[in-house]
Amino acid sequence: MKALTINNISKSYKKKAALKNISFEVDKGEIFGIIGPDGAGKTTLFRILTTLLLPDSGEIKVGNLDIVKDYKKIREIFGYMPGRFSLYHDLTVAENLEFFASVFSTTVEDNYDLIKDIYSHIEPFKKRKAGALSGGMKQKLALSCALIHKPQILYLDEPTTGVDPVSRKEFWQMLKNLHNQGITIIVSTPYMDEAVLCDRIALINNGEFLDIDTPENLIKKFPKKLYAVEGDNMPKLLKELRDNENVYSCYSFGDSCHITLKDETLPNNYKEITPTIEDYFILLLK
Amino acid sequence: MLGYLVEKEFKQIFRDKLLPKVILLFPFMTLILLPYAANFEVKNMRLAIVDQDNSSYSKELVGKLIANNSINLVANEHTYNAALGLIQNDKVDMVINIPKNFEKDFVVDKKSDILIAVNSVNGTKGTMGGMYALSIIRQYQDEKTTEITGVNDPPGVEIKTIYQFNRELDYKFFMVPALMVMVLTIVSGFLPAFNIVGEKEKGNMEQINVSPVTKPIFILSKLIPYWVIGMVIMTIGFIVARLFYGIVPQGSILTIYLFSFVFTLAVSGMGLILSNYANTYQQVVFMMFFFIMILILMSGLYTPFNSMPPWAQKIGAFSPLTYFIDVMRNVYLKGSKLTDLLPQLYKLLAFVLVINSWAVLSYRKKN
Repeated sequence: MKALTINNISKSYKKKAALKNISFEVDKGEIFGIIGPDGAGKTTLFRILTTLLLPDSGEIKVGNLDIVKDYKKIREIFGYMPGRFSLYHDLTVAENLEFFASVFSTTVEDNYDLIKDIYSHIEPFKKRKAGALSGGMKQKLALSCALIHKPQILYLDEPTTGVDPVSRKEFWQMLKNLHNQGITIIVSTPYMDEAVLCDRIALINNGEFLDIDTPENLIKKFPKKLYAVEGDNMPKLLKELRDNENVYSCYSFGDSCHITLKDETLPNNYKEITPTIEDYFILLLK
Repeated sequence: MLGYLVEKEFKQIFRDKLLPKVILLFPFMTLILLPYAANFEVKNMRLAIVDQDNSSYSKELVGKLIANNSINLVANEHTYNAALGLIQNDKVDMVINIPKNFEKDFVVDKKSDILIAVNSVNGTKGTMGGMYALSIIRQYQDEKTTEITGVNDPPGVEIKTIYQFNRELDYKFFMVPALMVMVLTIVSGFLPAFNIVGEKEKGNMEQINVSPVTKPIFILSKLIPYWVIGMVIMTIGFIVARLFYGIVPQGSILTIYLFSFVFTLAVSGMGLILSNYANTYQQVVFMMFFFIMILILMSGLYTPFNSMPPWAQKIGAFSPLTYFIDVMRNVYLKGSKLTDLLPQLYKLLAFVLVINSWAVLSYRKKN
């Protein structure tokens, strides 16, 4: 049985469609990434998955529970960490954790082993008010609170947005550890470099899934040869390449330009490189 | 579960640096300051006399006028126009013009004219001051008529008013019980609304919504602390009224507690409705000002309910404050018993039912 089955869900706000016929499945114990730019519909999807919002159409099963009918049971088996820090600023670290444990009718001691790795980082500050923690520590506390009731599924909505690179790395290490304990993790992020850390990813744009696969397969799907062109004057380089009739796509990527060609058989002296998820995403958008 | 949630609310309230102090200070300040500051008794009417007669009669009348301790004689002018200039420059509030031949006309014709001009920029002061002066002059006229004719003429009707339930017509007796209602409305009606909208804004509510905590439990956990605080505030009110004004309820204090509780249920429901429609602090604060103004002005807190025009009374009938203020004054001044106040109790209970159903329905719709 799949951990999560999503079948044809749509959601619109007024007339603007936020999600259009989305379907996918998530296996148990998988890290499933949802990758897309801001405004693609990631948060809407999370709000539906976390029972905060009803979809206009379509159905969602969590295990064999229906998200509409059994929402009460479902709320007991998932943990949710919203993109924004939303614990109680005026309660201490320990009080926040105890509060969320009691809300789920459990205790911190019962599930301490699950959060130990994460919580041990912030335990020295347990008497500090949550609002006075640093960004990285807030994130660890939020994750601890989301895990305190031993959820089967963990939803993380842009957990690393606005977090420094070191903390981001640490955070993904923590996710890998949780993954090893068999928790299904669904995570959204706008960062393409985090995509490769997931078992499978879905690329989302404008409320539609463009593709779902493992990161390796997505890269293999890149249909053309990709070349990198370097130069000192980037704007001029971009313009020149775009004016070139044989160039199919061209965009700046760090300090070089990535291009694909219409006719790859014509002789050229560009440097061929291995595409990344981001290259694939950009090509899909074209 | 509810226990944990309520415990958390109390923790947050008492941990707040400002809130507990304000909650305690608010009833104190309102009850101590407002009845003294906001009253309709007119004192210090500044009077200018224009005595063109300069007779013994006119002097006697002036003496009577300034014997009243609400009126201070601040100027004597020779012409009416000069005195009117003083009003214009806000040097005096009232001018009394005694014409030439005042004494002669009075004795011969038993009739004379006196002009009272009052600055009515402040309406209450104008009306009340004018009435004071008028009653003194009337009294003087009666005395003199009797003196001249030797008979009590006109015998007329002597009107004596006994102010039942508030012998001295002390404005404080009228205001203090009503102010307690206002304080209770703000604390137990609007503070929980602020609290809920605050959680909404900070995203705390989302965390609670994805937990097994049901909505009724969540809302109850928000309201219960303020119900308790409301009762504490009423108790402070009783003590302040007793200590500072010597006002003790003529009726049972338990009756007041009962009504306070029912009333709290109604206003906290009102707060809930606001919190359902508002998404930000700014919105809810502005909505609160809007409702507080209307509720207070329409419920007979400052001005008597019965003297409002019928359409305004109809609007006022839709405010639970109207009934609770009425109950408070009745219990405090008249000593009404619960059995006398059953109509108000039923109406308040109806409010509780309607308002809270609306709150629950709008909550479902919005969330």
